[in-house]
Amino acid sequence: MSGRRGLSDQTPTALLMAAPALLGLLLFLLLPFVLALAFAFTNLRLGSPLPLEFVGFKQFLRIFSDPGFLQALANNLLFAAVVVPLQTALALGLALLLDQGLRGTLVYRTVFFMPVVFPMSLVAVIWLLIYAPGPAGMMNQLLDLLSLGHWQPRDFLRDPALALPAIMLLSIWQGAGFQMVILLAGLQAIPLELHEAAALDGAGRWQRFLHVTLPQLRNPLIFVMLVTTILAFRLFDQVQIMTRGGPDNATTTMMFEMVQAVFTRQQVARASAMTVIFFLLVLLVTLVQRRLARQEGYRP
Amino acid sequence: MIAHSRPVVRWLSQLLLLGLALLFLAPLAMMLLGSLKADARVLTDAGSIGGLLSGEFSLQNYRDVFARTDFLRFLFNSLFITSTIVLCGMLVNSLAAYAFARLEWRGRGLLFNAVLALMILPLEAIAVPLFYGISLLGLRDTYTAQILPFIANAFSIYLFYTFFIGLPKELEEAARLDGASTLRIFFSIIVPNAKPVFASVAILSFLMWWGAYLWPLMVTIGPQVRPLPVAIAAFYTLPPLQWGDILAFGVMMVLPVLAVFLLFQRWFVRGVAASGIKG
Repeated sequence: MSGRRGLSDQTPTALLMAAPALLGLLLFLLLPFVLALAFAFTNLRLGSPLPLEFVGFKQFLRIFSDPGFLQALANNLLFAAVVVPLQTALALGLALLLDQGLRGTLVYRTVFFMPVVFPMSLVAVIWLLIYAPGPAGMMNQLLDLLSLGHWQPRDFLRDPALALPAIMLLSIWQGAGFQMVILLAGLQAIPLELHEAAALDGAGRWQRFLHVTLPQLRNPLIFVMLVTTILAFRLFDQVQIMTRGGPDNATTTMMFEMVQAVFTRQQVARASAMTVIFFLLVLLVTLVQRRLARQEGYRP
Repeated sequence: MIAHSRPVVRWLSQLLLLGLALLFLAPLAMMLLGSLKADARVLTDAGSIGGLLSGEFSLQNYRDVFARTDFLRFLFNSLFITSTIVLCGMLVNSLAAYAFARLEWRGRGLLFNAVLALMILPLEAIAVPLFYGISLLGLRDTYTAQILPFIANAFSIYLFYTFFIGLPKELEEAARLDGASTLRIFFSIIVPNAKPVFASVAILSFLMWWGAYLWPLMVTIGPQVRPLPVAIAAFYTLPPLQWGDILAFGVMMVLPVLAVFLLFQRWFVRGVAASGIKG
């Protein structure tokens, strides 16, 4: 366009416009983050009379020898390993089903997306009732029906083997619609000619899915998996409401341990060290995503 | 996809969709029907469709919610906190995004890269020092603690930026030649032409803060400034455990949002899809 820069100096106006947001980000995002990095190497506690000291990596050493935190880390990783593929597959399946232009598509899209507008804390409370122990509980009834009466009623949330899977299931129920919408937008952005060309070449449905749909959907898929992985590391609401990390730490998570540390024990430094570990995981996942995602506008 | 699939495939797809839809709806149906039943019946009836549909229905649970909790206060708190974040956020973040997208100024590139880098930080990565600071300042249990830190948002700036960059420059040229100020151009020309991105940002930040749990749980102490998500969790732990009341609380808590969602569905879907574009 017409390069009329330098006509007047726009720096004062620009600074005025950007200042509120930049100030907010500085004070409430960058500064706290830098403080978290700094606190992690101290002995800081809320309301503690002890003098503030630099303690090096002591907090990290302590955390990594705490079986509770190690269990939390393992739970987060297990949650990600199960939920990310399952939820992405479900969302992709839903998106493919909706992309066929069948009757009622709009209604189905609404239904699958609906749980997304439910706050997670409400979802957790509803599912507490679904997982009610005893034969009258909804999940017990459903499994009884599916197993043709061979199911022994279980107390899902107090069973160390079932508590985490139970939380995984409701998380998938709540989150799949969000991913589905993103993948559906990705599907609809695929040029129809690509499918037609492949069909002309004699490619069947399955082959078109493998060689046209999946490669074209690469970036949305990677994005959706990144977001879900990070959500898995952030796992907190469901656990806090439904199990408080129990039974026997079976559902504890990094965030649950972090909140316990700062909230019930005022250990700001220890919680900050957990924050740093959490951040490094998020950073790692994001870097992997950047590596994997191809540049926009890529065509095979 | 190619439109002509075989009838068998279409028929199977329909069947699958119907089955999945029922599974997705089951928890919601249970919540709605359970909220209309006597507290003692909920646990015994909630397991099956027959049980849920039989027996007597009443609005007693809804009356109980108002008697046992300060529901309207929690509703007001949630609405006030979320709408303030959303409205102030739209203003502040769009102004910044416009400065980055269209104005020539020193430090622009550096600062914009900093904003992009900050997008990676979720609330959880700053919650501890923020909580520490809020506690030191004596701001726990206030609206300020739940609103002020979250108005500026790097991802919102990014969404606005990508939209503004795509607007044709001719829109502003004429006004600029007429001597209109930058702020005037922004409010009278850019904003009316950028409704879709404002809607996306509003919906995404609304969804994020309406359901927020971790932060309000940490900073609120009593029921005074407590928002709905924390309130329902607290209600669940309030003895005696009355499932009918809890479900009625849940229905009332989600109904306003559900209504808005059903009315503006297209915008919700677009807003969410917009968040994925950056992939």
